[in-house]
Amino acid sequence: MVGQVSGRTLVEKVIAKAAGLPDVRAGDLVTAKVDLAFAHDSSGPRRWRPLLEELGVGLWDPAKVAIVSDHYVPAVDAESAAILKTTRDFARDYGVSNFFDMVGICHLVLPEHGLIRPGAFIAGGDSHTPTAGAFGAYAAGYGATDMAAIAATGETWLAVPETIRVEWSGSFAPGVTAKDVMLFLCRELGMDNAFKAVEFAGPLVEAMPMAERMVLANMAAELGAETGVVAPDAVTFAYLAARGAPVEDEAAALALHSDADAAYAAVHRFDASDLVPQIAAPHTPANTRDATEFNEIRIDQAYIGACVGAKIEDLRMAAAVLKGRRVAPGVRLLVAPGSARTAELAAREGVMETLLAAGAVLMPSGCGACAGMGAGILAEGETCISSTNRNFQGRMGHAGANVYLGSPYAVAAAAATGRIVDPRPFLTGAA
Amino acid sequence: MSRAFVFGDAVDTDLLAPGNLMKLPPAELAQHCLRAIAPDFASTVQPGDVVFAGANFGLGSSREQAAVSLRLLGVSAVLATSFARIFYRNAINLGLPAFVFPQVGEVSDGDRISLDPVAGRLENITTGKTYALTPIPPHLMAMIDDGGLIPHLKRRLKGAAA
Repeated sequence: MVGQVSGRTLVEKVIAKAAGLPDVRAGDLVTAKVDLAFAHDSSGPRRWRPLLEELGVGLWDPAKVAIVSDHYVPAVDAESAAILKTTRDFARDYGVSNFFDMVGICHLVLPEHGLIRPGAFIAGGDSHTPTAGAFGAYAAGYGATDMAAIAATGETWLAVPETIRVEWSGSFAPGVTAKDVMLFLCRELGMDNAFKAVEFAGPLVEAMPMAERMVLANMAAELGAETGVVAPDAVTFAYLAARGAPVEDEAAALALHSDADAAYAAVHRFDASDLVPQIAAPHTPANTRDATEFNEIRIDQAYIGACVGAKIEDLRMAAAVLKGRRVAPGVRLLVAPGSARTAELAAREGVMETLLAAGAVLMPSGCGACAGMGAGILAEGETCISSTNRNFQGRMGHAGANVYLGSPYAVAAAAATGRIVDPRPFLTGAA
Repeated sequence: MSRAFVFGDAVDTDLLAPGNLMKLPPAELAQHCLRAIAPDFASTVQPGDVVFAGANFGLGSSREQAAVSLRLLGVSAVLATSFARIFYRNAINLGLPAFVFPQVGEVSDGDRISLDPVAGRLENITTGKTYALTPIPPHLMAMIDDGGLIPHLKRRLKGAAA
């Protein structure tokens, strides 16, 4: 490129490497080689197989493919059972050893198994693929046909996206979480940021554990962004080492950080000290207001689940609110741990005991009611508050149901009171 | 001559292809397309009709059923002021032309229109206005010309094997 006047963003660096080019700039059209291609039981094998057979090819590299059954698990009817069998058969017939059958949601299972690497170019058949960007990878979602083509060829075309940098200073007050950051940003930045990457940075982000960084990257999808990223650092390295998959070249991973003189589409700066718990009202994540503005909305169901809201850290938040309390009469609290490992940890730590003693109903680990495909969907006129990432009309069941979004603290507080309330008094002992 | 169906901003994939119905075969699922906001759409739309919409059309899930349902109902193109990224890619991959069209506000639901996706020309017969559409990028037009990503890839793979 002539006239290089600025440095490169993390996303430009990762894409350049994947495209085999010394340098790329936002707007360049490139073909990138994929390091990891994954899909689940809904978007993957049942769509891929007919297309691969039509093309007359197998997987370009089975070792770089992962398949996770998380949408139709466990099978509740003949169609679900058939879809899960199709998925198993595909993994067997096409030699996919990274096959995870009913052990949790793909965006949690893959990091748990150390498969998400800093600097990787990751393609996923799911809109929350950006979750992996929390590890300093470029991870974007694609439809099933796009993914089948990637599965066959190991590459895909893209226009290098511009990056919006979002810097957070300060620290969270008790009861405030990365989920509140993302609901706030859906309102502030809107949900129309298509073909842009969002880079999360600043002291607040650097102090976050991987679970909270994954919330940021995950809900970049709700900003409409192509992906969300957090630069890899010691926190990232420690997480992967603890899972038996240490980063071999930490210097190379650190070199992925955006250059000080990188060019951004926009830079936004916020202070977390000002942030209070947020609640998104129906029917969009952008319809977000301070939790202090809510006190009268009665709920029928509280749902702790999904890739963004059912990690062990999220279950601990719910347990912190519900310890010694009971779910309010007339309210159902459903808890769907995001993975089998999460459920195991929760049991071992006593978190599961706290939630069950409060009256929570334990659900299978999977996408569940979040996408309207699993157990716990809503009837007409019902109101639910959920730790998930989307509340579009009809998503969690009947088009006449109302879904609010909040952090696990907010969901648990609503379960305890039967109303949507500010969860902070529950943590300071004032409730 | 085709009919224009006009929708607003943020038409999401849960409206286009409801999640709890995604087990249905594609043709059946298509009958539920946009049911929550336009109950008569699926039964009224005719092959060749065109969907117009505002900003961020197709936001939400990566499910390509959102684009498949529109195509199976015979929608010949989608014109919106802006598209969500994954939906845009899915539409092109499946051979459903998607044009960025800033003047959606000048089209009313039910207008009689004539669209030539190849020439990139839209005529609103009801208002008498014509428009030159922002072209779909050439590398994507090549895919649409081939009938979508898979036919395009088939040609490429055959070419490589020859």
